[in-house]
Amino acid sequence: MIAYISRRLGVLFVILLGSSFILYNLAAISGDPLGDLRLSKEINAKQQIIALTRDLQLDVPPPLRYFLWLRGILGTFIGNPDFGLTRTSKPVIDEILVALPITIRLVTAATIIAIVLGITIGIVTALRQYSRFDYAMTFISFLLYSLPIFWVAVLLKEYLAIQFNTFLGEPTIALRWLIGLSVASGVFWAAIISGTRKRVFMIFGGVFIANFALLSFLSVTGWFANPSLGPIVLGILSVGVAYGVTQLSTGITNKAALRSSLAMAAYTVIAYYPIQWLFEMNSKALIYPAMIIVGFAVAVVVSLQFSKIDRGPIIRTSMISTFIMGLLVVIDQLMQTWKPYMESDAVYFRPIPTIGQVNALIEPGNFWISLLDALVHMFLPTLALLLISFAGYVRFSRGTLLEVLNQDYIRTARAKGLTERTVIMRHAFRNTMIPIATIIVVDFASIIGGAIITERIFGWIGMGTLFNQAINSFDLNLLMGVFLLTGFLAVSANLVADLLYSALDPRIRAGAGGN
Amino acid sequence: MLKRKRDKEVSITSGEQAIMNKETEGLSQSQIVLRRFVRHRAAMTSVFVLTFIVLAVFSALETKIGPVRIPGWWKFRYDELLELRLEGCPEGIVGCPSLDLVPSFIDGTGMGLGRHPFGQDDIGHDYFSMVMRGAQRSLYVTVVIGFLGGTIGIIIGSISGYFRGWIDAALMRFTDFIITIPTIIIGSVVGFHFGNLGVGFLAFYLGLFAWTGLSRLVRGEFLKLRELEFVDAARVAGASNRRIIFKHILPNAIGVIIVSITLLMSGAILLETALSFLGFGVVAPDVSLGSLISQYQDSFTTRPWLFWWPGLLIITIALCINFIGDGLRDAFDPRQRRRLTKKDKVRAKVQARIAAASE
Repeated sequence: MIAYISRRLGVLFVILLGSSFILYNLAAISGDPLGDLRLSKEINAKQQIIALTRDLQLDVPPPLRYFLWLRGILGTFIGNPDFGLTRTSKPVIDEILVALPITIRLVTAATIIAIVLGITIGIVTALRQYSRFDYAMTFISFLLYSLPIFWVAVLLKEYLAIQFNTFLGEPTIALRWLIGLSVASGVFWAAIISGTRKRVFMIFGGVFIANFALLSFLSVTGWFANPSLGPIVLGILSVGVAYGVTQLSTGITNKAALRSSLAMAAYTVIAYYPIQWLFEMNSKALIYPAMIIVGFAVAVVVSLQFSKIDRGPIIRTSMISTFIMGLLVVIDQLMQTWKPYMESDAVYFRPIPTIGQVNALIEPGNFWISLLDALVHMFLPTLALLLISFAGYVRFSRGTLLEVLNQDYIRTARAKGLTERTVIMRHAFRNTMIPIATIIVVDFASIIGGAIITERIFGWIGMGTLFNQAINSFDLNLLMGVFLLTGFLAVSANLVADLLYSALDPRIRAGAGGN
Repeated sequence: MLKRKRDKEVSITSGEQAIMNKETEGLSQSQIVLRRFVRHRAAMTSVFVLTFIVLAVFSALETKIGPVRIPGWWKFRYDELLELRLEGCPEGIVGCPSLDLVPSFIDGTGMGLGRHPFGQDDIGHDYFSMVMRGAQRSLYVTVVIGFLGGTIGIIIGSISGYFRGWIDAALMRFTDFIITIPTIIIGSVVGFHFGNLGVGFLAFYLGLFAWTGLSRLVRGEFLKLRELEFVDAARVAGASNRRIIFKHILPNAIGVIIVSITLLMSGAILLETALSFLGFGVVAPDVSLGSLISQYQDSFTTRPWLFWWPGLLIITIALCINFIGDGLRDAFDPRQRRRLTKKDKVRAKVQARIAAASE
């Protein structure tokens, strides 16, 4: 195994050397970094040319200059890295270290949501193959697949920022929107659950009425202007989470798991007011990790109380439930922050921005306001990235699950009388996740360098902006710095994916066989 | 009783099987594939829509091939400065589209194209001819990338898969080099420096880097197919390497290749538009669908038609290519079985009953 990894690392190193050489020369021969200065009529243009030539060693021909650059990079191994200077004489490494966290913040949420949603919908479409829902989702995912992101982004800015902001300023839903949204959700759920024609109509009617009633109630009471969940709704949602997670994780017949999840729901409601009090103190950020740890500790203790045998799955179930309930508490707190955030001078009833990564006018200090501010700034770019990458996961997980469901071991599992839940969740889903997990790793690495257009449209200053700037001003060192990072991530993600594959699937041994 | 029911079920499924078999009886592989493809409704619709778009787009404007001029059916050139349309537009807005799709019994004006169906840009160019020109460029780039990338990918993939050994190792390491560099980076570097040489150069250089995924796929297919008996048979019969590659293995891998090329092309149109959007692709005075959107993205609130038309065209083209690819994949997949319609099931039941009665 170690021999395999080291051999792969060696190949990785050689590949990076080769491709950086190609890119360096490609970029260097195709443009003159001094071009604009040569045409410039400024008096000190000549001095600038001399200074730049000296700093960037432009008098050395590109293939040789590559090795000068490489010497600086290889310095990393002896603790003396030198990524060179940008044209404005700043160290490249500093620029990258500033830009990288911003890009990561931009792509992380989008990727995670795309994965969760995409896999869920992909699996539902595979289980309902050739249903109307399947056809509709196939069409939608192809449509999203064909969308240019810059085009979507402009639409999002118009409809989800400018017009949605206008709605949030005066939050009452017009009747046609009420009907439209209710019909949409009715159709959605009826298509997913499906069944006989009578059942489909029943589901549609039920969802339509429930949705219509809920939305008009929220609209009339002005909930959108001052949203919150409150302990009662939180309790109801937590009980729902407890049932849902137990059903998926161990099956509802496992009474111990159900009881411990329900106990955690009760705990969430009981702890609601103390948590509010702790949030309001707004003292030290240290208290939040402590709260998370306490929450999970309680989950473990409670599940140990309720179970005698086979404790692993029960602990897992209540941990997952606790995590989701914790998220609900956080959402509730963010909702309570919404009103003060809206009314602050920096926002003034236009909460969803079309551009930028933070609102500079927000005073730092309040953790929740800052968090909400960061989240609303992430909203549009995340949605744009999400729409584009979501489709791929739907198609991929659908295809993989269908292939798995055709395997012999699924037939065996059904034949020996396991419940459909066990067959799907334990036999099929786990085997579907193996190829998906490897795809996720590769995707995540490639998206770091791939958010160039999104960053540009939404005015984020991350890796994509650096890259753009490097190309436009012939900044070779900066370009190579960006490339080195994205290239390294891409190649090592492939390695990690291979290792992960062999770790998840015992049938495959890394490094064995092959040639 | 129970046993009888089960017997019946078994004979029904075998009846369905018989329908399946009957359908493909006496047909060659390519006939079966064609038949399956024609039956794929979304793919066939896409074929018609795409054909219509391509014909309309390329015949709309005047084409010059050397000294020969073929006049187009549309009355304006894309770089012709025209008088801005004022009448009939909302207050303060000029050059609005004259396309009217609402029939006369609703608003009384009647349906019609009018002088500028897609409107005009801010200095008076006819937007319909600009969009047609942009679509020409985008389609051209797509086809060149698909063709060039496809050719290189097939050649490199088949050579390394067929010969294996050091040739394979060298070619695959070279492929890895290219894969490491993200497509958009290559595209931007290439587009930035060669974009001003014209769209042909841009497409050519992008095509030179677009073959990596395909070559890996082809290599995998070749590694699998070269071990099969028919290749051995061909070799024993004295066929040369070239003959085995092109006459024996390649036709068997063609399904995977065609599907992959369609995906390459749908990716290519998005890549070209994205590059043009960033300003690294097709540059002024020439236009492409991406550069049109990039140019007019800020005028969305006031003159949305400048934004909608090129975007809708990109989506339609990419969607059609994707659906055709999907249809081809289903058609080439031997495991793919047609979903039985109610009619088929009734027929299968009838056959099973006849079979039961004759026993």
